[in-house]
Amino acid sequence: MITLILSNLSVNIQAIYPEIILSLTLVALVIFDLIFNKQKKFLPLISIIGLFFAFIFVIPEFGTSRSAFPTSENNSLLSIDSFSAFFKGLIIIASVFVVLFSMSSNEIKSCPDRQGEYYSLMFGMIIGMFFLVSANDLILIYLSIELLSLSSYVLAGFVKTSIRNSEASLKYIIYGSTSSGIMLFGISILYGITGSTNLFEINSVLGFSNVPQITFLISILMIFTGIGFKISIVPFHFWTPDIYEGAPLPITAFLSVASKAAGFAVLIRFIEITFAESLSKSGFWQLIPYVNWQNLLVLFSIITMTFGNFAALWQDNLKRLLAYSSIAHAGYLMLGVAVLSDQGLTAVLIYFSIYLFMNLGAFFIVMLIANKINSENIDDYRGLGYSIPFLSTSLAIFLVSLTGLPPTAGFIGKLYIFFALVDAKMIVVAIIALLNTVVALYYYIRVLKVMFLERTDKHVEIEISPLNFVIILALLAPTLIFGVYFTPLVNIAKNSIQLLGF
Amino acid sequence: MEQNLLLTILILIPLIGSFLILFINKNQTNIIKYAGIGISTIAFIFSLILYFQFDPANPDFQFIDKFQWINGLHIHFHVGVDGMSLLLVLLTTFLTPLTLVSSWSSIQDKVKEFTFFFLMLEVGMLGVFISLDLFLFYIFWEAMLIPMYFIIGIWGGKERIYAAVKFFIYTMFGSLLMLVALIWLAVYAIGPIGYFTTDLTELYKVAPQIPMDIQIWMFLAFAFSFAIKVPLFPLHTWLPDAHTQAPTAGSVILAGVLLKMGTYGLLRFNIPLFPEASILAAPYISVLAVIGIIYGALVAMVQTDVKRLVAYSSVSHLGFVVLGIFAMTQESVQGAIIQMVNHGLSTGALFLLVGIIYERTHTREISDYGGIAKLVPVFSFALMFASLSSLGLPALNGFVGEFLILLGSFQSPILNSWWFTVFAASGVIFAAVYLLWMYQRVVFGEVTNQKLVGLKDMNGREIFVLAPIFILIVWIGIYPGTFLKVSDRSTAKVIKMIYSPEKINPVTLKINQPSK
Repeated sequence: MITLILSNLSVNIQAIYPEIILSLTLVALVIFDLIFNKQKKFLPLISIIGLFFAFIFVIPEFGTSRSAFPTSENNSLLSIDSFSAFFKGLIIIASVFVVLFSMSSNEIKSCPDRQGEYYSLMFGMIIGMFFLVSANDLILIYLSIELLSLSSYVLAGFVKTSIRNSEASLKYIIYGSTSSGIMLFGISILYGITGSTNLFEINSVLGFSNVPQITFLISILMIFTGIGFKISIVPFHFWTPDIYEGAPLPITAFLSVASKAAGFAVLIRFIEITFAESLSKSGFWQLIPYVNWQNLLVLFSIITMTFGNFAALWQDNLKRLLAYSSIAHAGYLMLGVAVLSDQGLTAVLIYFSIYLFMNLGAFFIVMLIANKINSENIDDYRGLGYSIPFLSTSLAIFLVSLTGLPPTAGFIGKLYIFFALVDAKMIVVAIIALLNTVVALYYYIRVLKVMFLERTDKHVEIEISPLNFVIILALLAPTLIFGVYFTPLVNIAKNSIQLLGF
Repeated sequence: MEQNLLLTILILIPLIGSFLILFINKNQTNIIKYAGIGISTIAFIFSLILYFQFDPANPDFQFIDKFQWINGLHIHFHVGVDGMSLLLVLLTTFLTPLTLVSSWSSIQDKVKEFTFFFLMLEVGMLGVFISLDLFLFYIFWEAMLIPMYFIIGIWGGKERIYAAVKFFIYTMFGSLLMLVALIWLAVYAIGPIGYFTTDLTELYKVAPQIPMDIQIWMFLAFAFSFAIKVPLFPLHTWLPDAHTQAPTAGSVILAGVLLKMGTYGLLRFNIPLFPEASILAAPYISVLAVIGIIYGALVAMVQTDVKRLVAYSSVSHLGFVVLGIFAMTQESVQGAIIQMVNHGLSTGALFLLVGIIYERTHTREISDYGGIAKLVPVFSFALMFASLSSLGLPALNGFVGEFLILLGSFQSPILNSWWFTVFAASGVIFAAVYLLWMYQRVVFGEVTNQKLVGLKDMNGREIFVLAPIFILIVWIGIYPGTFLKVSDRSTAKVIKMIYSPEKINPVTLKINQPSK
């Protein structure tokens, strides 16, 4: 194996240029922080430059399909394909926004001497996600999840003086380490059954020999626990509201978008590569029929979205509300996976790209308002529509888009999910998803109602710096434009469903 | 692709106008008001050009503008009008400037936002009536919800927030069902056509061939969504709240145009797309329509609030329209269309009058009035006129529509029973009872409420708003031919599509799937 890697070392190294750049940036951040102790304001700049260069090296990965770091003749640790490139692109965009958010977050600014840690840990998360979206091997998947999780545990409790932060961090560690422990156990059982940790090898073993069914199912469910934790699928969601509420807002936004994207990427790759038998002409995946995967996934997703939506109804804290709504969105996304077809996968990618902008936007505005009024309670938003019209209108647009109403982009995301469901003749599931949307409408418009329809004498003034103004516009533009003209987005998504090995 | 930009320009006028208004300083309320009225008047004049260029002898869609919108999915920006939609487009563009004038003094707060939302609402309504692509239609249908939500919620009465949320949730629920049916239909069309499309003219040829067991579900999903909007009994409960709480201008547009979107949808989509299911469902829906006619009238009778009374009368009148549509004869459908216009005019006028008096007295309770005939003679005359039009007095507009509907439903081979006509006709009598009784209590008798003393009569602006509506009321009552002629051929075509739907041969073309 070593010789295999060494023989093509330069080729293999080339395949992970983006990851190398990210690692170098991480090191640069740490060193810069040590040497130029006073120049904290350059840290975000360095981060963005690093992300920019990583992005430049991600672009050529679109359309390619190759493996890196071979473990045997046919198998390898990493897949560099359009699918992973798409998710890497999403992660970079989200990271850039989160770096920008951090620059104006009061919570982050309250610890001026630990900025270096903050940005370097964030790069730790990003590197974890990058490996996660292209990993082919269960061990590498596990390691990337750990890298991602450990960095995010610390970041969730970044403001040490804040009790809320520390509580969130502790809860996150407890839930996170338990679920990754279970996942590791599942991996070991799967290894025991199949004799391999490589997804392709597992696939071929499953295709040719019989494995004990119950043991197999248990091991898969255990692995799902680890991935489900990352994407907060019910019943692995318990950490979500507490951590989203407690963590600093930029980190919450990051967890809700980027970390979830990476989780979905690995889930899709895991299912498609491990269990695929063949592809039918019409783009539906034929899975090895040990377990009825479709029913299992549909069940998970319906429970997830229904629970998320109903729990969100009772929330008075906007951050908690967005946390539950993000659980519900994970349910919708999971439906796209459950369709087990190219159409469904396209829908997931479209939905994710839109979800990125609208969810980040909502969190950013909540952060800007919380910076001023020190509260995320919905009741404190009363009448804000008139004292800060720009922020409130933008928040309203993001929330309408999260609901999925035209002419915003959120509608297009839902549309493609519905389209995939109907295409797979899952009409009843589509109707359940739709009823969920009505529930979601109720809690989202509650925020609109408080901001615009209820009146108050209190007057709040928030100054928006030009940078923040540009950030909001940069998030608003896709939310509105993709609602009306989404052909380019659909084309990118369609070209990005290509996984290595298919 | 056909290119006729007239309709696209028509829809761009209020759209661009509403964004221009955002740039006016919010303290310049008069300029904003003039701008809003001006923009909507331009749209009205433009729609008159459409009317004069329209060829009533041609039953097909005219002024078609079509270009590819979404590559790959065959979703088009496809607009066009036939006689049925042209009348409703005219009604929309006609009522919008009038309601903006009528709210000159009643809307003092946040004028800029009000005008913006109102013009956006006009965009949504026009879009619904001219879309010939289901996807485009759906976008306009939903997009119009948000402005209406804010119009009710910000400028409405005491219970405005409750009413606004109820309106939103009800409509949203229905339209999501329609969304699933729409996608289902388009996916189904992949079989015979060979590609995914939401183009209405193509789906017209495919949908009638769908097997009955699937067709009925699609029909129900569409019908449910439209029935909420109409509203058809027993889905009407959002309407009294929304109507009563909305500001006058909102009520006028809600009653005048928004409700018609439901009946228009039934006529444009449900019946031609799913003819077999429609024939099967017609008696049941007609029963609900007749129940709505009588129920709405009876409930209207016992209302103590004038505005609520008018709101329930809408349930009754729209029952007539639905009955006319599902009787599926040439007369009844023509009657339904003219009745849609009539209801927009007479109920619009009633809401305007209620708004005018409410602005002065701040009460809508019937018992607070009495004897205002001597105080405000012009108002009393106008209210009389609008009430008579609404109850269907011969020589005024309401009579024409109701007569045609009753005549058509009597002959209808699909309903095949004259009981529908008998019960529906009783609704006309009830209408006379509740409207005249209301009129008597409000206008005649002695002035008992001392606050009414010194009540000012209608001013020039208010008369200016109502005069054109009254002219049309008389016009339709005396010479309905002007309007019936416009939609005659189009309705004949719809009727023809029920009994002998267009067929296409299944294409041998295989489905174009992305290859792996």
